[in-house]
Amino acid sequence: MAFAAFSSNVKVNAKPTKTGKVVIALLAPGLAYLGAFFLTPLIALIMVSLSVPDPAGGYAEYVPALEFANYAYVVSEYFPHIMRSFGYALIATVLALIISYPLAYFIGVKARPWPLLQKLMLTLVIAPFFISFLLRTLAWKQMFSNESWIVSSLQQIGFLASDQYVVGTPFMVIFGLTYNFIPFMTLPLYTSLERLDIRYLEAGSDLYASPAKVFRKVTFPLSLPGVISGTLLTFIPIAGDYINASGDFLGSPETAMMGNTIEANYLNINDYPSASALSVLLMGVILLLVTFYVKRSGTEDLL
Amino acid sequence: MAKEFVARGADLELKGIRKEFPGFVAIENLDLTVPAGEFFALLGPSGCGKTTTLRLVAGLETPTKGKILIGKTDVTETKPHERPVNTVFQSYALFPHMTILENVAFGLRQRKIDDPLGKAKQALNMVQLSHLAERKPQQLSGGQQQRVALARALVNRPSLLLLDEPLGALDLKLRREMQIELKAIQIEVGLTFLHVTHDQEEAMDMADTVAVMNQGRIEQMGAPEALYDRPKTVFVAKFLGQSNLLVGEVSSTSANSVSIDVAGNKISVPKDRAEKHSGKIAVGFRPEKATFHTKKPTAKSDTNVIGPGEILDIRFTGVSNQYLIEVPNLGNITVFAQNMGQSPVIELGEKVWISWSVDHSFGLADLPAGNEEE
Amino acid sequence: MKFTLGKFALPLYAVLTFIYLLIPIFYTFVFSFNDSLKTNLIWRGFTFDKWLNVCQREGVCQAFGNSIFIGLISTIFATALGTAIAIALVRYRFRFRSSVNLLLFLPMATPEVVLGAGLASQFFNLGVQKGTFTIILAHIMFCLSFVVVTVKARVASLDPALEEAGRDLYANPRQVFWKITFPLLLPGISAAALLSFALSFDDFIITNFNAGADMTFPRYVYTAAARGVPAEANVIGSAVFILAIVIVLATQINGEIKRRRLAKKA
Repeated sequence: MAFAAFSSNVKVNAKPTKTGKVVIALLAPGLAYLGAFFLTPLIALIMVSLSVPDPAGGYAEYVPALEFANYAYVVSEYFPHIMRSFGYALIATVLALIISYPLAYFIGVKARPWPLLQKLMLTLVIAPFFISFLLRTLAWKQMFSNESWIVSSLQQIGFLASDQYVVGTPFMVIFGLTYNFIPFMTLPLYTSLERLDIRYLEAGSDLYASPAKVFRKVTFPLSLPGVISGTLLTFIPIAGDYINASGDFLGSPETAMMGNTIEANYLNINDYPSASALSVLLMGVILLLVTFYVKRSGTEDLL
Repeated sequence: MAKEFVARGADLELKGIRKEFPGFVAIENLDLTVPAGEFFALLGPSGCGKTTTLRLVAGLETPTKGKILIGKTDVTETKPHERPVNTVFQSYALFPHMTILENVAFGLRQRKIDDPLGKAKQALNMVQLSHLAERKPQQLSGGQQQRVALARALVNRPSLLLLDEPLGALDLKLRREMQIELKAIQIEVGLTFLHVTHDQEEAMDMADTVAVMNQGRIEQMGAPEALYDRPKTVFVAKFLGQSNLLVGEVSSTSANSVSIDVAGNKISVPKDRAEKHSGKIAVGFRPEKATFHTKKPTAKSDTNVIGPGEILDIRFTGVSNQYLIEVPNLGNITVFAQNMGQSPVIELGEKVWISWSVDHSFGLADLPAGNEEE
Repeated sequence: MKFTLGKFALPLYAVLTFIYLLIPIFYTFVFSFNDSLKTNLIWRGFTFDKWLNVCQREGVCQAFGNSIFIGLISTIFATALGTAIAIALVRYRFRFRSSVNLLLFLPMATPEVVLGAGLASQFFNLGVQKGTFTIILAHIMFCLSFVVVTVKARVASLDPALEEAGRDLYANPRQVFWKITFPLLLPGISAAALLSFALSFDDFIITNFNAGADMTFPRYVYTAAARGVPAEANVIGSAVFILAIVIVLATQINGEIKRRRLAKKA
């Protein structure tokens, strides 16, 4: 349900009643909470991103300033990480879309005569959510570890050189990212396709369109809301992820993404301004992308 | 709270009601009195303000201006749960998480009335559904749900029962059956019923008094027969049944009749059946009151005659034949002829004259669209 | 594209995808029976020991318990706050509606690492000591929007006439809420609560930024990952998985039985 978050065209059957007290009582606590623990932290983040080391203070002490050079610094220092973040996110999102679409189509359209089967298959799609994110990522790491039979057989058939491994490569990181976020893609696609009226497809073939053309001209455009919300739900968390790319999981220093540098700067070396600048940058780029994407796809009511 | 268990109906009075919603006025200025024990129908097309009126009476909306009195008590500011009024909702609004019996007992429980389940069972008995008491609403057919909704409202013995298009969701046959049942129940319990509908046949069949509503105003109010026999406005003439309307300047007046001139034809209407006696007025007659002739009938003072016209279309509807006749300079006239197996053999294109009794004419207060005075 | 594609290739594809999705779960489950030592990398033989003595491993059960506690408290608050907002959004018209929608949308469109770092900066600025309390504050924040979205769908499908019928039948606003609105929204509210708990329980990134020294189960796994995660973590993960699947399947089967019974009677 929440996976339709980005395509919430919930019908509002609001009555134009007197708003006043009731609405305020309903909204105020939750909105105040978001104000205190979402909005002001963002402001705090921006402030920290502009701060400078305390000239009189010691290690990891900063004072407020308007040091925009912090941004220039993180962009030049962490340019490869920034590129990796968005590059990996793009590739993994496209892969997840390619893998998810036929599956969502099968569950949402082909399996319609069997509602119970549909429900069971949906349970299988979200099954990975029920086991810890970290554990399932570790499981892949161990299956593809340097000592594993998979890697040694790949080396034997010459697919990998004898000193080549899988864990730590961009391939493995993208593999993990794709795997971990497939359900976020499949569910909104399913929601869209499930509502697709088969009669449109029949009308399409009735009007002399080949199956491929029916797909391109009818099915896919009609499932676009699902494609949009699925790609956003996948792309955003992937761009900020740092588990898959972490050296302890599927990555290595050569695969580190923005999330990894934010974590390292914030929690390990306490360079709060750099970590904050990177965070603000990440959020800014994502918001720009989301706005642009949503506008371009002509579904502005998404927001 | 209305704790006393009222069994009689009460008068309903609406005084100078105005209701505005952001962007539009639903009700302009409404005065209405519904006498106790009456079956009163509010009839009108969708968007005319009839449902808003009902919701105002129920307390689900508050009027922008005006007063609502039930049995002489001002309830304008009273909350819905404190009004001695119950509603049968259009969608029935049966609580899906409760059994039928619990649904019916709900109001009694809220008011802490003794033996709610026993009284609920009696109410279900009245609508012949006691055998379904333990079912959930979703398991019932539309007609059964409708009767549960009725029992749930009636069991509270309200002073006033509001029915919001209660038969709207039923198919035609069931609808006619329920009309009879509903009327019988109203007579049995003797409560005041305020029934909102857009179905003129339903309103005329059941109600003692019908008020025709249009654009937030009551156009005309009266007994169904009176309304049908003497509509006073173009809207009522066209909304209640079908009417032929002729527009012309008043050419002569006598002691008890007014005549207009329409494309050279003299059309008369009794003075007491005409709203206006001078200027440009519209005169109407009902298609079933007219007959047509293949020869020009001799002029008589108690009969209006127009023609000759040409038969454009004949429609066979079973009970009657409907003829559409084009009269030059006058427009199209509809005439119904009872299907008694002896109508003259008339074919398309044939020339006919149309006649009807002057006493069946009615003069309207306004003019059809496109005929407004310059 | 041949017409046979839909007949044969798609089901086969679906089966293969499901296998792909389930492999790591299966792996985790199998290795929870590994007679391993400190790390759990190589298969050393089958044992029930880790399941029977799960809490013997230092820190595992404590972290797990802490995660449950945090999940429950966060869920209660996020569900209450979110449900109220959802009702207001669907049932009332007010001026700042689109701003409210945007404010609810933004946390879902913000990467967790940004949420985590932002909140950590806030706590740092205010001089709040990080710990279980700050984790809960963070979890309520990011669960809130998901609760709103989930409950909103349910409120929208609720016929307003039902509440009006309640008011008409002598129930005051409080009674209407508890006897009609709440029971009818309950499926949506419980779905939101389950989602909220799952999000909180499995969250690592935001937690890591706001935890201080306090452990949660995901943090335990993350910290252990450098040295090797013990099989006891697999036991906990598998147990949670089995429990969740059983709950989901039971709800589905129950719903199906109800649906069939209704269909039969009607």
